Amino acid sequence: MEGQYSDKVMEHFRNPRNVGEIADADGIGNVGNPVCGDIMRLYIKVDPKDEIITDAKFKTFGCGAAIATSSMVTELVKGKTIEEALKISNHAVAEALGGLPKIKMHCSVLAEQALVGAINDYLKKHGKPPIAKNFKDEHEA
Amino acid sequence: MRKVYLDNNATTRMREEVLDAMMPFYKDVYGNASSIHQFGRRSRAAVDKARQDVARLIGASSPEEIIFTSGGTESDNFAVKGVAHALRSKGDHIITTSVEHSAVLNTCKALAKDGYKVTYLPVDGYGIVNIDDLKKAVTAKTILISIMYANNETGTVEPVAEIGALAKEKGICFHTDAVQAIGKIAFDVKSLPADLLSISAHKIYGPKGAGAIYVRKGTKIDAIMHGGHHEMNKRAGTENVGGIVGLGKAAELAAKEISGEPRKLMELRDYLYKGITSKIPHTRLNGHPEKRLPNTMNVGFKYLEGESIMLNLDMEGVAVSTGSACTSGTLEPSHVLTAMAIDAADAQGSIRFSLGRDNTKEDMDYVLSVLPPIIQRLREMSPLYEKGK
Repeated sequence: MEGQYSDKVMEHFRNPRNVGEIADADGIGNVGNPVCGDIMRLYIKVDPKDEIITDAKFKTFGCGAAIATSSMVTELVKGKTIEEALKISNHAVAEALGGLPKIKMHCSVLAEQALVGAINDYLKKHGKPPIAKNFKDEHEA
Repeated sequence: MRKVYLDNNATTRMREEVLDAMMPFYKDVYGNASSIHQFGRRSRAAVDKARQDVARLIGASSPEEIIFTSGGTESDNFAVKGVAHALRSKGDHIITTSVEHSAVLNTCKALAKDGYKVTYLPVDGYGIVNIDDLKKAVTAKTILISIMYANNETGTVEPVAEIGALAKEKGICFHTDAVQAIGKIAFDVKSLPADLLSISAHKIYGPKGAGAIYVRKGTKIDAIMHGGHHEMNKRAGTENVGGIVGLGKAAELAAKEISGEPRKLMELRDYLYKGITSKIPHTRLNGHPEKRLPNTMNVGFKYLEGESIMLNLDMEGVAVSTGSACTSGTLEPSHVLTAMAIDAADAQGSIRFSLGRDNTKEDMDYVLSVLPPIIQRLREMSPLYEKGK
């Protein structure tokens, strides 16, 4: 199955959830570059009372896996607190999609980075220190 | 669902006539072509006939200049390594281009590890090498020039006649990987000054696992496959008779149809291109508009990544391939488009449409009906799109 997408990946690629922008987003995460072929922009809406992510949307330039991981991460974060959302690892995103081909694992890292980027953007706007998180380099995994 | 196959540069559907010609050699005619008894002689006769057919297709002056191999990759390996080894005492310098197929590029890289020096010529925005660059690259130590006839990704045709003439003048061996050009462009090795030329069967509606190399009489080349005395001592191994017969039949048919078939493909291709550019904004043609294989069209769809287009077309029954390397195991954009100095983001969104003899105008109309909404939907999803609106 090397290099093949799971049914779940194809399903999310075919019908991506939460495509679009949030005009009054509380946080925006921008990651990736065109040389690698993936750019993700993740928007989150956060309820400041309990810091629950009430909405998430994305725009992605990229391959099938990039679109599927973007879609999945937006699904996973909705309803979670910021603290909970920060615990979502790239492996959790990949697992929720029924796995990713090795060469595409970096897409899940990108999704995690986009999420952390959006959360940090939110924290910055609220005068809070950003979260430092180490990402697994799976680019050439 | 309608199925439209537009990936003929990857491989073609084997023709019925080819399979029919091959079948006896997988059933009743099983002798080893090197055996002297009647079983062997029947296989030998078929191999000889195939050799003549391949020689005729490219205008070789003698069938003995055709050596059968396992395909294009082996032919390329044989040409590059075989000449490099044979001429090691004369020099150690090889000239090729930055847009070659991996079969040549990676063979050159392997030779570089063994101490050979390799020059990778740059190309212009259309993917064409400059003959002056080639002239400047030649040194007293240059033993081989290997430049493809036509590029597999863009279809751009290299100035092989000029390159060959220069090589001949300088007394340097010239190999051209003609795997994509065979059957699509009429040429003749009597007038084309190439010493070595790679051929593959499955690109011309023949079987996979069969190919050939033209070796001009007098060319110094070492075998890379050692063993028995097969193929005039140039390529050991019991002949793949069925595959060779298939290649021969495919070559015979290609020679017959070379005056009509490519034109038909070009008309269809140009019809598709016109349709795409009239229905979809922000596209670019990668490759030379005229100096190009008649069946090939590489189109860049701005703000998009190729794999997502390819997968969406696949869901609609349309098979294409992406110039972006997402499918081929690396993440960088295509080395061909990068060498053409195409911006990385634009290169990622490139799709190769390569037509074949089965394609019809209805196929093109079908693609033109499913492609624009795919592009539109993906662009709406792309964070790069808004900038270009």
